[in-house]
Amino acid sequence: MAVSSATIQRVKIGDISRVRRISTGVIEILIAAFIFFMFASKITGDALTKFVMTPGGITVGKMGDWIVQTRLTLWIMAGICLVIGIYQLIKGFGKFSTGMIGVVFLAFIFSFLTWQASGKQLNLAGMLSSSVLLAVPITLGAFSGILCERAGVVNIAIEGMMLMAAMVGALMGSITQSMWLGLFFGVLSAVLLAALHAVLSIKYKIDQIISGTVINIFSAGMTSFISQKFLQVHQELNNPIMFTRFEIPVLAKIPLIGPILFNTNFFVYLMFFLLIIIQIALFSTRWGLRMRSVGEHPKAADTLGINVIKTRYMAVLLGGMVAGIAGAFYTLGSVGRFDEGMTAGKGFIGLAAMIFGNYSPIGAIGAGFLFGFADSIGSKLSLLGSAIPSTLMSTAPYLITMIVLAGFVGKGHVPAADGKPYTKE
Amino acid sequence: MAPILQLKGITKQFPGVLANDHIDLTLNKGEILALLGENGAGKSTLMNILYGLYQPDEGEILVNDKKVTIHSPTDAIKTGIGMVHQHFMLIPVFTVTENVMLGSEPVKAGDFLDRPKTADKIREISRQYKLEVNPDDRVEDLPVGVQQRVEIIKLLYREAEILIFDEPTAVLTPQEADELFLIMRSLVKQGKSIIFITHKLREVLDVADRITVIRRGKVVGQADPKTANKNELAEMMVGRAISLVVQKEVKAPGKIVLSVKDLVVADQMKQMVVDHVSFDVHAGQVLGVAGVQGNGQTELVEAVTGLRKSVSGSVDFGGTEITNASPRKITSLGSAHVPEDRQADGLVLPFTVAENLVLCTYYQEPFAKGVVLQYDKILENSISLVKDFDIRTPSPLTAVGTLSGGNQQKVIIARELSRPIQLLVASQPTRGLDVGSIEYIHKRIVQKRDEGCAVLLISPELDEIIELSDRIAVMYRGKIIATVNADNVTKETLGLLMAGIVPEKIESAPNGEKVVETTF
Amino acid sequence: MNKKNIEKQDFGKVVLNEIVGGDPKAKKQKKSVWKAIQIPVLAIITGLFIGAILIAATSETVYAAFREGFFTGLGQAFKEIGTAYLALITGSLGNPVSIVAALKSGDAAAIRSAVNPFLESLVQSTPYIFAGLACALGFRAGLFNIGVEGQLFMGAALATYVGYSITGLPVYIHLPLAILAGALGGAIWASIPGILKVTTGGNEVINCIMMNYIAYRITTFLLTGPMSRPGTGGMPVSPIIQKTAEIPQFFQTPIRFHAGFLLALLVAFAVWWVLFKSTWGLNLRTVGTNPRAAKYAGLSIAKTTILGMALSGALAGLAGANEILAVNRSMAIGLSSGYGFDSIALALLGNSHPVGVILAALLFGVLKNGATRMMVVSAIPIDIVTIIQALILIFVAAPAIIRSIYRMRKVKEESIATVTLSSWGGGK
Repeated sequence: MAVSSATIQRVKIGDISRVRRISTGVIEILIAAFIFFMFASKITGDALTKFVMTPGGITVGKMGDWIVQTRLTLWIMAGICLVIGIYQLIKGFGKFSTGMIGVVFLAFIFSFLTWQASGKQLNLAGMLSSSVLLAVPITLGAFSGILCERAGVVNIAIEGMMLMAAMVGALMGSITQSMWLGLFFGVLSAVLLAALHAVLSIKYKIDQIISGTVINIFSAGMTSFISQKFLQVHQELNNPIMFTRFEIPVLAKIPLIGPILFNTNFFVYLMFFLLIIIQIALFSTRWGLRMRSVGEHPKAADTLGINVIKTRYMAVLLGGMVAGIAGAFYTLGSVGRFDEGMTAGKGFIGLAAMIFGNYSPIGAIGAGFLFGFADSIGSKLSLLGSAIPSTLMSTAPYLITMIVLAGFVGKGHVPAADGKPYTKE
Repeated sequence: MAPILQLKGITKQFPGVLANDHIDLTLNKGEILALLGENGAGKSTLMNILYGLYQPDEGEILVNDKKVTIHSPTDAIKTGIGMVHQHFMLIPVFTVTENVMLGSEPVKAGDFLDRPKTADKIREISRQYKLEVNPDDRVEDLPVGVQQRVEIIKLLYREAEILIFDEPTAVLTPQEADELFLIMRSLVKQGKSIIFITHKLREVLDVADRITVIRRGKVVGQADPKTANKNELAEMMVGRAISLVVQKEVKAPGKIVLSVKDLVVADQMKQMVVDHVSFDVHAGQVLGVAGVQGNGQTELVEAVTGLRKSVSGSVDFGGTEITNASPRKITSLGSAHVPEDRQADGLVLPFTVAENLVLCTYYQEPFAKGVVLQYDKILENSISLVKDFDIRTPSPLTAVGTLSGGNQQKVIIARELSRPIQLLVASQPTRGLDVGSIEYIHKRIVQKRDEGCAVLLISPELDEIIELSDRIAVMYRGKIIATVNADNVTKETLGLLMAGIVPEKIESAPNGEKVVETTF
Repeated sequence: MNKKNIEKQDFGKVVLNEIVGGDPKAKKQKKSVWKAIQIPVLAIITGLFIGAILIAATSETVYAAFREGFFTGLGQAFKEIGTAYLALITGSLGNPVSIVAALKSGDAAAIRSAVNPFLESLVQSTPYIFAGLACALGFRAGLFNIGVEGQLFMGAALATYVGYSITGLPVYIHLPLAILAGALGGAIWASIPGILKVTTGGNEVINCIMMNYIAYRITTFLLTGPMSRPGTGGMPVSPIIQKTAEIPQFFQTPIRFHAGFLLALLVAFAVWWVLFKSTWGLNLRTVGTNPRAAKYAGLSIAKTTILGMALSGALAGLAGANEILAVNRSMAIGLSSGYGFDSIALALLGNSHPVGVILAALLFGVLKNGATRMMVVSAIPIDIVTIIQALILIFVAAPAIIRSIYRMRKVKEESIATVTLSSWGGGK
């Protein structure tokens, strides 16, 4: 009975977060020192870093290049981190601390890029643009997770659903020579897997993690099987028609933002569309209220005549649909062919994005962009000939996922009945 | 006038238990019918049938003389039946409005929630029935009494005519309970009809118009609260004359065994729930801690037994400082703990009775040599304890989860009391048990006290506290607001103290405890 | 109650009970053994059956035959399935005809080569035993170790490094050292998610998965960089380990049957002993079954969780070390073919009991070994095994499905779930 403690006066015990405050401050100062000593120390005063502010191949909404003095920029960034760190150490930012950690983090990333691209040029806009694309499957995966878990069903099978949809999308897109049919069948295959997850976890009450894992195993096996049996033998079966980039009139002309957000892939627009739909549906509609009630306190919902089982089935199927879109993005929106295991854990990272984004669509898209950015740093820097081996750089999205999880798990509100099967008495 | 609700021959069989055996019940319009029975008598089953959560095997339900079938809560709501559940069916993170509207939401433009409309209706209901509540508050921020009001509003919002209250006072202070009774009276005055389920005799006599007593799934009698007396009702409820008094020797208190000074404990949300508490427990003495659930007792016990870190203050056990010591160290010093939630804390349900009987000691001789478990010793121990403590189990190797609640509790009692101990911390040791088990466990606790063990007893049941304790400390909002002598205190005084009202004749004792000197 | 009596009647069943998790009151042991294995057995049969349908349904020749006529098609389908499964059986257990012939001839070499398919199945089973034990131990401690894959990689990498870089040690020091290095690599890698779970409350599942990807990339980095074999022109492969670090093979090539299999059985016994006969195991199981009661009983959840993860990881690391030291003798990219996910299937199939895990591992070894042969004979991708495994896993995890297929009576109580996870937020 968690509610009964509410009778007690809410007296917060002060000073418990003191350790946290000080350690945060120390880390921020260390980052400042790192920027100053590791990045800036070997840079001469006249070195320049050139940031290209228009993604490659774009003509609408061009913007001039941005050239900065490398060492000065690094010093400024180090200074910002230092000031924030000292203030944090002495007084603390209170509820703004998390935001300030974000600022320091951004300053660090920017310094890193400035340092890496010193004396060269780096297409910052291109990097952001590819971040957005890389964020698509992660964000959609997170949306899928939100739909399921807000209704109380843990869905670790998003990865498997994405992989299946990617394969089926490629196969059917090639057979029918239609990207729309490819998308349709891809989504359908993911929905079927979602139905399996729903039956196993809602009807048979298998542990939801195990059910999800089984689906991931099945999906990995099935996609490899079909791929080896058909796609690799008949290359024409792995050559779908793709959704191409198209620009949105007027908006695409905005410098920097236009080329990144309004002259891009269909799936990016779809992602924003789903963001709005899910956000409104969850928090402003009857459907959303009922779904959330089922994820918080299914028994209460049941006593009010809400069909818990049906609501959960619906949520999981919708989640499967969104995961299907995420998967189809790989073969129909990004790569253009199916490779075994091509989702590379993005479904799982999507779950991390969901947790980081506090189970809200807005939060999830923010987290999705962060992970997408981390991913694009890895690939862009290897092009620059960075000192860090690309194999190690490519661990960045996974590492950042773990760091984010470590920092944010348990801070927000997890749906109270998440992962718990419901048994009607 | 025809009765608004009639139950005829309701029968419900569960595997091994006949929960309801041809129960007949009549509720007239505008009355409060009390359904009295002890835990496990079949009251809740009956009400769950009425509310559509269970289907009866036999029997029929008539509302306004029309036969109805209730397959689900939705049907019940449609028939005009509503229920205030013992464990509130509220969603803590939702607002009052959202909780009230859930399941019958007014919508506009297709599926968009019309929150203002519901909020207006809630305000209207609050005015009509004097149920003060702010529709925009989040439920988790509300005190329990107000949460219960939200539950009642939920029913009124659905225009329920028959209201079922399932043990509604379990989480309330006596004063909050009195307030609830006023609300109940005002509801019936405005034409609603109420079934009030309880096992507390005082409440029945206070508020009911009519009393129906059930025992072991059967209706065993009717009573009129104006003429009935407590002992008669108790006997009817339990089936035999019960001695409401436990025999215990009068003893002078021994040396101080447990000494708690200025203890401060925070809960998960970092909120102070135990607020500078100090007390001593002497050898051969029971210190009862009374209070409404959720006033810091749980956290106090956890801090004393090492399950929760305290923020400041000290705990001393037999001369050894045990502040923030590990549970294992405290146990090994000779302390026993009967936890509040036996299934969650006290037992590993899939493990055998034998293993559960050594849960705290299996790493020690003779149950282990080095790291090697000595299963024959573990078994021997279990066989003798099963016999000594009358644990009804098919075999010591049966999974403890398959035993009845009373026998599960006996496993814990056997494990804790069979060790050589100087201190027993018993937290709600008889919660949800049948009368037979309660008597047995009370006897065992008093026996330990007579042997010279110090006992710290925590219970929200006033009867239990008064029966067993030598001294009673009352906790309110994390503070011990008074410590009184059990021999000369009345329930009414304790009730006031539990509500945070300190009678005038209380003075501060030298060690910071407040002591009530005389009777009232 | 008579003590001696109980001991005699019930205590023998205790061990059985560990495996079946069933009712100790069951009258006849035979019945309860069948009860224990009927679900897995039927699950395996059903899985193979669906696999057969898949083989037929994805075969172009079957479709071609169906165009000629229904029965022609059906005949072709059965023929294809028959060929495939026959290849699966002969490829994994040996061809009975040639075994008999070899036995008659009495030629030792011929006998060896005739039974080699079976020995090879045991070779394939060995890493499965280790990996399955890893997961089973995790489950018993209430941990969902989905990171076996990564731990296996790290164990293999460390074992390889110790295996090739140290020279001049006698075999009785070098070999144990290399094996321990493998266990250590896995243990370290696994304790990271364990520590994160304890300190931050981060669920081990996502962290383990992330650690898998990181481990894969780190080993790629190691094999192309610091640990690459000189003179291979950047091929991602490590130097060959020293002779002194090899786990011995019993026969000459191509028979690869090796002492690692025996080691696996030994380790399985050790895991059983620790889990069910020692206080350490009771600690782990108590924390795994009811952490709150464990805390009440005075156990440190944090310590036990980290220890559980580390032990589980050590077993996973042994799987990796075994593959390097006994079979491959050097490390290359793509060492593991999905042992990580398979280990979960193994643990579930074996009800998280070492004996069950061994049986499940033998089955998986047979399937995998046979599937290689099947791929050669019928051109069916080896991933069919993964699909069949997934199907078996579904049926084992949801016995109700099997019961409804075979119209079995409903049992009173479902066996206790091996692991339950409330949600991502928990664990602190």
